[in-house]
Amino acid sequence: MSLAIATDGTTPRQNWLERLGAGHIILAVVLVLYPLVASDFFLTQIGGYSLIFGMMGLSLMLLAGYGGMVSLAQITVAGIAAYAIAILGNNNSNILGFGWPWWLAVPFAVLAAALASALIGWISVRTEGIYTIMITLAIATATYYFAQQNYAIFNGHSGYAGIRAPAFWGISWRDPKPFYYLCLGLAVLSYAAVLYGSRSTFGMTLQAIRDNPRRMRALGYHVTAHKVFAWLLAGVIAGLAGVLLVWFNGRVSPGTIGVDAAIDVLIIAVIGGLRHPIGPFLGAVVVILMQTFAIDIVGAERFNTLIGLVFLVIVFVSPDGILGLWGRIKPHLAQESLRPGS
Amino acid sequence: MRMHRRTLLALAAFTGLTAPSMALAADDTIKIGLLATFEGPFTVLGEDGERGAMTAVAEMNGTVAGKKIEIVKGSSDASPDSAVRAARKLVEQDGVKVLVGPLSGDEGLAVKDYAKTQPNVTFINGTSAAQDTTLRDPAENFFRFSTDGAQWMAGLGTYAFKDKGYKKVATVAEDYSFPYTQVFGFMAEFCKAGGHVPSKSWVPIGNKDFSSVIAAIPEDVDAIYVALGGADAVNFLTQYQQGGGSAPLIGGSITVDQTVLTSKGKLRDVLKGTPSAGPTADTNDAPAWKAFVEAYKKQPGAFPSPSLFAHGYYVDMKATLLGLDQVGGDVSDGGKKLRDALSKLSFDTPTGKVSLDKNRNAIADIFLTEVTEGADGNLMNKLVKVVPQVNQTLGIPEDEFMKLGAVNRDNPSCP
Repeated sequence: MSLAIATDGTTPRQNWLERLGAGHIILAVVLVLYPLVASDFFLTQIGGYSLIFGMMGLSLMLLAGYGGMVSLAQITVAGIAAYAIAILGNNNSNILGFGWPWWLAVPFAVLAAALASALIGWISVRTEGIYTIMITLAIATATYYFAQQNYAIFNGHSGYAGIRAPAFWGISWRDPKPFYYLCLGLAVLSYAAVLYGSRSTFGMTLQAIRDNPRRMRALGYHVTAHKVFAWLLAGVIAGLAGVLLVWFNGRVSPGTIGVDAAIDVLIIAVIGGLRHPIGPFLGAVVVILMQTFAIDIVGAERFNTLIGLVFLVIVFVSPDGILGLWGRIKPHLAQESLRPGS
Repeated sequence: MRMHRRTLLALAAFTGLTAPSMALAADDTIKIGLLATFEGPFTVLGEDGERGAMTAVAEMNGTVAGKKIEIVKGSSDASPDSAVRAARKLVEQDGVKVLVGPLSGDEGLAVKDYAKTQPNVTFINGTSAAQDTTLRDPAENFFRFSTDGAQWMAGLGTYAFKDKGYKKVATVAEDYSFPYTQVFGFMAEFCKAGGHVPSKSWVPIGNKDFSSVIAAIPEDVDAIYVALGGADAVNFLTQYQQGGGSAPLIGGSITVDQTVLTSKGKLRDVLKGTPSAGPTADTNDAPAWKAFVEAYKKQPGAFPSPSLFAHGYYVDMKATLLGLDQVGGDVSDGGKKLRDALSKLSFDTPTGKVSLDKNRNAIADIFLTEVTEGADGNLMNKLVKVVPQVNQTLGIPEDEFMKLGAVNRDNPSCP
């Protein structure tokens, strides 16, 4: 791909195709054509679901990879958006349900999630490392139990059911193909935004803050503001994922935002790798496939053990997740290709 | 090299996402989905449910109408989301046309909603016992041969008031649809007989510390009605006993089930003499029940006596197989014939005759029991009385029953 040759000492001008990169183009073609070969189950239960959880993982990757802040509360943020859709839109649980149209409910839900995320960030930026994990875990657990026992807003253990994805432009967006493309569209948007954002001034500053906050503070940067803003952006992505999740399930209950789910998001990000935004999506595919099909491989009694073992092996072989795995294999492949010439 | 790397990545994603779905069953086998809680707080109950279902399969020697039965298992963790996800996988990926499950109350409500979107698949309940799974807004293709939580309480309220002489009872129950239904069933009779329930405590599933709940129970109650399951029941009863509580207990159907009675410790003394009601009684003398217990015990890891989950899954799986047998295992018409056969099905279970009402909910015998110590030292539910053929409206005319309103935390009330 390094076809562009610098001339006149100026920055090489690439056309947009080259800047996109062949890998991205192939991946995009594959993902767009995927519905041609996949069954409805693979389209939504595996494809759509992986993209949704990939987006949640992406919001965590943004915080952890670029900001050095590991959060266990991303599912909580997504859950807030999901509950907001249930409360602002229609549900059949006879509680609340303001009946707002989707184009009003969705922005409000995502905004609520983003603000909640910023608030969580504002609370937790005073901490570092393991303490950030602890405080976000505490927030996730507290929200879970609150939702479980609050009946006025969260409708307790049962939560909300009967939430329909909207139908407009003559398309019912919960049908397998439209829903898959909807997930794909939003996932690509989030992915591109994170990739672009990471090279922007803000992204660079955030990474610098991750590496040396004291120096950045001395240089005059407002460290807390930058971190909280990163939380806000992560909240937007997690919020979008939450909206998709509630449309996908048609329901939301405290089980959706439980501690298990919070840890699933962390596992997805860690398994996939935190160095590049594609990592969480790879992780999501692996985790969702394992959770869906492990029961067919080893039976109902021990399938969680198998899932745990596979994750252990991945992290053991490559601490950087699946992305890092490739990083380890690549030098060997490069050696191979050199050999005939030597 | 850059491109090479990305290509491989794309290929990896592609193959992972499109693994072909091989859901086509051979003609000589019939696939039945079995959905139960194999993870989470109700794992023990789910495993016993599976034993019950497999007992029914073993009874038919693993075949129905000349076809081999293939059981495909799905696991949930008692949350409605996980139940729907597992049901989706069984139906949409594994291609089952008949699904037995789920186990828990809210799961049943969620799977019923899902059933409406899959009109060609026949859903038969496991042991989920929330009232509105079948009473209000039922699904045409959801059948329950295992009665609901209010039916299970038949006779208990009257027994507690008249025979035990309890006038004031406090309730402690888990905070979701099944215990609401149980409390409803108990109070419907108890309040009608003239009893009062001054305090109702609802605790979240998986609660560990019950001290605040115990402190909130009024001093002057004659007894405490407890509808908690599994570990929750053990934790509450242990803490209540350690806290010096001495009021007699009345048990919900799964509170004094084998899953709790087999636990060790001083708890046993508290439990002795506790009246309860449910779809099974351990000391049932009927030959059919004894034969069922023997068949059940052949399953690996079986309890001394089948829990009501084993019983419920057995009855529902048995009904499924009888229905399939009647239609010759043919579900190629989208299961229409099977559903017709199931609606008309009436058969003898180990616990008496079972038939369905117009909402496809079971009418069956209910057993009033009391906890006693068996000859071998195991705690048992001794049969006190059989309440014959209880229907979903508990013998009350339907329009009158519907006026009582949907079960929830505050309904019914008689402080």
